[in-house]
Amino acid sequence: MFSLEAFIDLPMIWYGLIITAVMLYVILDGFDLGVGILFPFAPSEKCRDRMMNSIAPFWDGNETWLVLGGGGLFAAFPLAYAILMPALYIPVTLMLLGLIFRGVAFEFRFKARKSRRIWDYSFHGGSLLATVMQGMILGALVQGVTVSGRSFAGGTFDWINAYSVMTGVALVFGYALLGSTWLVMKTDGITQSWARRSASYVLGYVGLFIAVVSISMPLMKDTIRGLWFSLPNFFYLLPVPLMTALLFILIWRDLHIGREYRPFFMSIGIFLLGYLGLGISLWPWIVPHAVSFRQAAAAPESQSLLLVGTAVMLPVVLAYTAYCYYVFRGKASHESGY
Amino acid sequence: MFDTLDPILMARIQFAFTISFHIIFPAFTIGLASWLAVLEWRWLKTGNAIYAEIYRMWVKIFAVAFGMGVVSGVVMSFQFGTNWSVFSDKAGNVMGPLLGYEVLTAFFLEASFLGVMLFGWNRVSPRMHFASTVIVALGTIISAFWILSANSWMQTPQGFRVGADGLLYPTDWLAIVFNPSFPFRFTHMIIAAYLTTAFVVAGIGAFYLFRRRHVRHARVMVGMAMIMAVFVAPTQLLVGDLHGLNTLEHQPAKVAAMEGLWETQRGAPLVLFGWPDQERQETRFALEIPKLSSLILTHDLDGEVKGLKEWPRDEQPPVAWVFWSFRIMVGIGMLMILTGLMAAVLFLRKRLFDTRWFQYWCMALTPSGFVAVLAGWFVTEIGRQPWIIYNVMRTAEAASPVGAQPIALSLAAFVVTYAVVFGAGIYYIGRLIAKGPGDLEEAYGAHGVKRPPLVAPQVADEGGSHV
Repeated sequence: MFSLEAFIDLPMIWYGLIITAVMLYVILDGFDLGVGILFPFAPSEKCRDRMMNSIAPFWDGNETWLVLGGGGLFAAFPLAYAILMPALYIPVTLMLLGLIFRGVAFEFRFKARKSRRIWDYSFHGGSLLATVMQGMILGALVQGVTVSGRSFAGGTFDWINAYSVMTGVALVFGYALLGSTWLVMKTDGITQSWARRSASYVLGYVGLFIAVVSISMPLMKDTIRGLWFSLPNFFYLLPVPLMTALLFILIWRDLHIGREYRPFFMSIGIFLLGYLGLGISLWPWIVPHAVSFRQAAAAPESQSLLLVGTAVMLPVVLAYTAYCYYVFRGKASHESGY
Repeated sequence: MFDTLDPILMARIQFAFTISFHIIFPAFTIGLASWLAVLEWRWLKTGNAIYAEIYRMWVKIFAVAFGMGVVSGVVMSFQFGTNWSVFSDKAGNVMGPLLGYEVLTAFFLEASFLGVMLFGWNRVSPRMHFASTVIVALGTIISAFWILSANSWMQTPQGFRVGADGLLYPTDWLAIVFNPSFPFRFTHMIIAAYLTTAFVVAGIGAFYLFRRRHVRHARVMVGMAMIMAVFVAPTQLLVGDLHGLNTLEHQPAKVAAMEGLWETQRGAPLVLFGWPDQERQETRFALEIPKLSSLILTHDLDGEVKGLKEWPRDEQPPVAWVFWSFRIMVGIGMLMILTGLMAAVLFLRKRLFDTRWFQYWCMALTPSGFVAVLAGWFVTEIGRQPWIIYNVMRTAEAASPVGAQPIALSLAAFVVTYAVVFGAGIYYIGRLIAKGPGDLEEAYGAHGVKRPPLVAPQVADEGGSHV
């Protein structure tokens, strides 16, 4: 039986791949969902058309990273998938329902005449619901999951508490930052100047929430506190918060001097650093504080087979994803594309 | 009231509902994507604008159907974990990589090039656009390949061992992917998708002919659809027969349920209709043709066919569902073959496009493919019960540790959401059909003068919401 177990650390590679897939999802669908969150606040109907057109060719591909995250988790860490899905039964279901209302709005809105309003709200409400649920899932995960044997042993509503509500709201502002800086890049005229104002507005809230999460995580678990605040770790890890702070300042400045591209990429930078911080805190758990990624790993034969496919296909996927972004480069128009 | 609900039954209903809703769209878009590729190829080859006009009408319908397929498909990738977590844990080593390959080789391909296909008309060359259509069509087939391989493995599992920890471990990937029922199920499903699309296209084309609108376009639609009905519908009968024989070899209880046969016997009759009664373990009021079942299944008038009583009651599938679904599927297949025959005769008599009753007939058969596809899946999925992995793991052992209450509530939420989304989708597809091909540029005056903008473009662009 074919296996790469003897040559490489399979669970470690897969842990990295799943983390990468989820991160790509958060960034890519993050700006789509952010556009949806900002949607009703846009100054005109034409602006909304433009906003929708700026993401219409991409949202489907972006959402596929979520399927890769879910499918990849099932394939590479079936135990984690089997524990987390029942634990997150309600928020996952609500997120999916939100994504349905968001996704169909792309097709229906441009075909609707009188009922366009309905799909505007379907788009906004769906994006908002999906984002809040993703944030709450994150908040529930960092607090840990009750596990007994090989299955979830907590209650149906374990995922809901003040902390997870806070992270839910936090992610709304986070995605709104990605969405608004994306619009600064992809639009012009009044849409752009409105997006620029929105970006500066949400930027402050994003900073606030990142500070709250950064302070609360070490307070929550001794192990996390020990990790961040022991010497010499403290100095190794210090660049993470410092660079985050620097990015906030740079985005603020760029928005005010009229830069178009850099705010979006620096917002992605903030997400990457935040994600890195979370990753450091939660290492080596895949079901936080209960199951490590090594315990949850699928059989080496299974991880090997899929790794071969991933090694071949992932660069191809990234290449044609980049090609599609290249085809639809430049500013979005308000006219229906097809 | 929720205390009396059975969580396993709730989970099964939820899965059945979400997967049944989902399969409608792939069944349509697999065929539609391939047909669009053919249309675009004809257009590039002949330069005849009619193909491009038909393409542009149907690509919009494709986009709506594909969008609904995507959103309902994302749900499916989480259903294994939310509702069947014990199954996910035990079978993850085998099932996971198959689904992983589906995402890597198909989903990204479809999702990325769909953008080019829909929005790229003026941004890429016609050749590149054609390539995108072909890639999307290929993506739908690759996707079907992996998901049907996974499903078939659950029906006819092989190439694995059960570890000391109770988990399943793969031992031979080729045996897993190309398991015994996979080639038949895959071929049967792809052809079913093509026929489903063909009959939708035929129905819409016939509607235009009937109304004497878009007649040039409608003739192409009906003509191409009838080529499928003449040649592919009979092929499906052959493939379905082979699939049935394969099922007889590996899942004889399912075939016994399809046939409504309880006693093992030589020279078994074909039960045309009847009322399978699981309590009494007999098919009541049976209308039978002697020995035909043996002839079909064993190709011998006196061949032995196993009856359901060979299995203890707790290993029998729910017979009535399987029995009736099978008859619906086969009945529709027969109607499709008959349509092909009628079309061939009408074509030879040069009456294919102006026979009124045939237009009614085609319009009536518009949704037939969907019904047949659903009925077929009911046969194979209910027919394998009580097993989730045939003879390896029972459905009852596979469920998540989630109470009936959240499952029932989420089921209700899915039903409401899908009803709204599906209703809207059908409505907008209906409007696209009513609009028809060819009038993409809204004509203003009698000589095609374009409507002047109400306000100058700059104002329209920059103005407030009242503009």
